[in-house]
Amino acid sequence: MRGQEPNAGCGTWQPSCNLFSVRKWIQPEYPKGCQVDAHHIDALIEPTRVHGSLYTDPEIFAAELETIWYQTWVYVGHESEVPAANDYVRKNIGPQDVIMVRGADGVVRLMLNRCSHRGNKVCTEASGNSGTFQCPYHGWNFRTTGELIGYPYPEGYGGRGQLDLGLAQVSRVDSHEGFMFGSLSPDGPTLTEHLGDAAGELTRLTKLSPTGELDLSTGWLRHSAKANWKFIHENETDGYHPQFVHGSIFSVADSGIGALYSENSTAVTRDLGNGHSENDLRPEFRRLGQPLGWFGTTADRLPDYVAAMQTRHGDATDEILIEGAPHVMIFPNLFVAEISIFVLQPLAVDHTVQHVTAVQFKGAPDINKRMLQQCIGSVGPAGLLLADDSEMYERNQIGVGQRSPEWLDIRRGIDRETTDEHGHLIGGATDETGMRAFWSHYRELMTHA
Amino acid sequence: MREATGPEATAVPESMRRSVEAFLFREARLADEHAYGEWEALWTDDALYWVPAADDTDPMAHMSVIHDNRRRIMTRIKQLETGKRLAQAPPSRLRRMIANVEIAAPVDGADFEVQANFVVYEARESGTRSWAGRVTYRLRPHNGEWLLSYKKVDLVDRPWNLPTLAFLI
Repeated sequence: MRGQEPNAGCGTWQPSCNLFSVRKWIQPEYPKGCQVDAHHIDALIEPTRVHGSLYTDPEIFAAELETIWYQTWVYVGHESEVPAANDYVRKNIGPQDVIMVRGADGVVRLMLNRCSHRGNKVCTEASGNSGTFQCPYHGWNFRTTGELIGYPYPEGYGGRGQLDLGLAQVSRVDSHEGFMFGSLSPDGPTLTEHLGDAAGELTRLTKLSPTGELDLSTGWLRHSAKANWKFIHENETDGYHPQFVHGSIFSVADSGIGALYSENSTAVTRDLGNGHSENDLRPEFRRLGQPLGWFGTTADRLPDYVAAMQTRHGDATDEILIEGAPHVMIFPNLFVAEISIFVLQPLAVDHTVQHVTAVQFKGAPDINKRMLQQCIGSVGPAGLLLADDSEMYERNQIGVGQRSPEWLDIRRGIDRETTDEHGHLIGGATDETGMRAFWSHYRELMTHA
Repeated sequence: MREATGPEATAVPESMRRSVEAFLFREARLADEHAYGEWEALWTDDALYWVPAADDTDPMAHMSVIHDNRRRIMTRIKQLETGKRLAQAPPSRLRRMIANVEIAAPVDGADFEVQANFVVYEARESGTRSWAGRVTYRLRPHNGEWLLSYKKVDLVDRPWNLPTLAFLI
């Protein structure tokens, strides 16, 4: 598999290597002659190490799009981004341009941004409100349900209403706590099955809202990295890196984050199944025992928010406010980092965009203001945290282009893992349990093991 | 179409124009050369350093690329000064051009508003890229010199994906 030029993977993409018909969302058949097949992938993933070509081989990336991104549930957007009928936002599933729109009937749909006539974009604005999408090329007009309303000069088609050519819908759409997921495959596990116990982490986040609802409408930063998406996915619940990558900010701003990821931390890293993982920081927050300690503040600084929470949650309020927000990576692209929401968009084997916005709670202006400003300071291209993470992804990507050692090590903490009361593997705060969770599920999807 | 947002065309005394431009050029040079302490000393105590992420946004209600009050400017500078801000270790090699300087008519008691176009070349081991846009500055006279109370950087490419922006823009 190596022995060729660095970064060359198993060769350039050939038409004969057309792995799967894009039209059929079926379990892929790897054709003869293509070096990317289940056996090839299987040989690249071991319990304690993964092969560098997984991050550099364009054929593996193409196979991932078909086998993971265009099959499994992928996070697309939040219902609060399209609150009113005919509100729309441009979203994505990897390189696919997706329109998320609330129809006049109130139903949120996901459609591909491709005119059914000649393939032009029917939606060019990032967001807006419109009762129709009109293709600029020949004026074909679509409802926000995707239905083709009409086309100019209809006599050329034998009259009006002769064509059954609506916009392509994402095959399956489902949501949890307002988080909308789409699957481009008509078949497969349900969203509930896919999320498994990770669903509870999203519920935990919404419990911190005094109305039980989030409002993700402050806009998105789009942070581009010349790196494979898996480096980013793995980093999100890697509790080993913060002391080093973020040492510069920990040393000048006493946020308390650093201690959560030290060797003495009581936090755990959890394999939530189906590729999901989390850094469960609750043991540390419980030890601190301070409501809003997770947010680096105290209840008296946010009296309106705390009062509203008490109205909703009564005696349970203190526990909710002590345990705080989750730090969970939901396979393959939704990362909740306490006060920030990240969405991964792979564009090429060495190019990924992280879309990021602030967590905001409906009906909580005082904490929202602080969460927004703290999020802005931390994330995105100039973020005091994320700029440094992104630098690491990019150096990793260059690094795996070097010829040897060919493998990346993911063994940290494997001999000190235990199983929690729900049957999930847990490792220490700085252990690579999350990475192993990712690769185990990845291998299952890519090799149908 | 959107309305033009520039300052009213105005004729300020030539000596003031020269003084304002000299300040802008100095601020640019200090940022280019990572002279962090001197750059930080240009700011007033009530300063705001803002790089919006979209057109027509309210920085208290929407995401921004940078939205630093004076305290966060200090944190940003301290982080850079550690030498371990990895996205700037090693620092980018930078040079920027400031042009099309327009100075608004002075208003009594208010800071001077100045706008200018800029282009920065940022060179790193991973490659060279350019950043461009328009800056709005607010300058305040202090002991015969200027201080910077406000700097808003409107990037031309902000609607789309941006790479890491860890230097002082």
